[in-house]
Amino acid sequence: MKGYEYEDILQELKQTIKSFAPPEQEIHEDTDLVADLDLDSLKVMKILESVEDSFDISIPLNIMPEVRTVKDFVLQIQKLNGDE
Amino acid sequence: MTIFDKFQHLAETRKEMEQCCNSFFNIVMQKIISGTEAIVDGRPMILAGSNNYLGLSFDTDCIDAACEAARNEGTGTTGSRMANGTFSGHVALERELADFFNHREAIVFSTGYVANLAMLSTLMGAGEIILLDADCHASIYDGCRMGGADVHRFRHNDPQNLEKRLRRLEKRAANVLIVVEGLYSMLGDRAHLADIIAVKEKYGAYLLVDEAHSLGVLGANGRGLAEEVGVESSVDFVVGTFSKSLGAIGGFCVSNHPELNLVRYASRPYVFTASSSPSVIASTRKALEIMQTRPELRERLWENADRVYNKLQELGFATGPELSPIISVRLEDKDEAFALWAGLLEQGVYVNLVFPPATPDGNCLLRSSVSAAHTPEQIEHICQAFTVVKNSKACASPSAKKG
Repeated sequence: MKGYEYEDILQELKQTIKSFAPPEQEIHEDTDLVADLDLDSLKVMKILESVEDSFDISIPLNIMPEVRTVKDFVLQIQKLNGDE
Repeated sequence: MTIFDKFQHLAETRKEMEQCCNSFFNIVMQKIISGTEAIVDGRPMILAGSNNYLGLSFDTDCIDAACEAARNEGTGTTGSRMANGTFSGHVALERELADFFNHREAIVFSTGYVANLAMLSTLMGAGEIILLDADCHASIYDGCRMGGADVHRFRHNDPQNLEKRLRRLEKRAANVLIVVEGLYSMLGDRAHLADIIAVKEKYGAYLLVDEAHSLGVLGANGRGLAEEVGVESSVDFVVGTFSKSLGAIGGFCVSNHPELNLVRYASRPYVFTASSSPSVIASTRKALEIMQTRPELRERLWENADRVYNKLQELGFATGPELSPIISVRLEDKDEAFALWAGLLEQGVYVNLVFPPATPDGNCLLRSSVSAAHTPEQIEHICQAFTVVKNSKACASPSAKKG
């Protein structure tokens, strides 16, 4: 998935998160992954694995404290996608 | 707003748990009778969750060595290894560990936790990569967090997932350290070491194996999983603890890389901690000697493990994936886990009760660990206690009542 733009990553990520979030929950760029979605650590790990496979990247745990919203996550994936 | 507000969720969780599992917070070993027995809440209890695999915490030779060292050298070193805290015993133990593992270098740390904190925070720095098994111990995660390396987690015991990540990270051309454990502490399963080493060698990575639970337990000489699998020369660093098979407290790292000796000067958890007290070093040295001269302890440990593991399987409990001295029962429901745990206490058997997120898969665990010091009668008592709680649980379930 090299060369994917912000919008492409956002759509893919929203789809992935949706499958782990409460069914009625709408996912936006500013959705807070912890406060709005109430994701436990196991769900977060599954989301990470799914995202990693979609974009053929490996996400370091170190970046996760900087990821609060969906937008933060997209920006980090975009950066890793460029690095690897 | 106060500094304590962030702990409020812990207060709420504790309050919720007190309603169903109050005694969980009140386990105090009031009197220690032996390595396998204690008085808890006024009642005698068989300890089946102590990690005292070889039962050496009450070995008379170890106790004599500890007492003599305390009399001769005092109760503590009162200083860091880098200052006044290196006694001749620390140096001798490092030599003995290196000899035992047939490795060039060894460093002794004050605890097993500190050993992982020191090694992982120091070995790998900015621009380098650590790949750790998802089920690794908290001390490994904490060491990684303390250092500057990028930390990636691969799926538990999944060499294909490890390889996929190494392939994705290959373009960075960075140094990579893979971290696994010999025996995983919660479910007692072994690392798939031969396959992991094949991947490690293909990608030119380094490998650290934490043999905390496998020292004295696995391998013909008790050197751990790497010895059992026959791959010791492919392991770059072995980390371990003195607080399990060796019956004391402390940690170590051994390696054939001569540069290991430099790590001690760069490692804050080594430099800024008081060194182990002389009694601890003395009993550990004696236990290391006994571990090598009395292989029958390991044989008895495995006989005991075999009996309990097979009994729990026969009773229909969801045990870990393979036989080991760590024997865990997986339970989805917290109330059920607590009821079984409390039932075992009623039967005079103490096991560990572990709740998520400290468990690997989100389930609760009743975690037992057997010891070479458990007598055949105690092992039967443990098996009988599990039988009683299993039957009483079956009697209490709605389907059983209908039947």
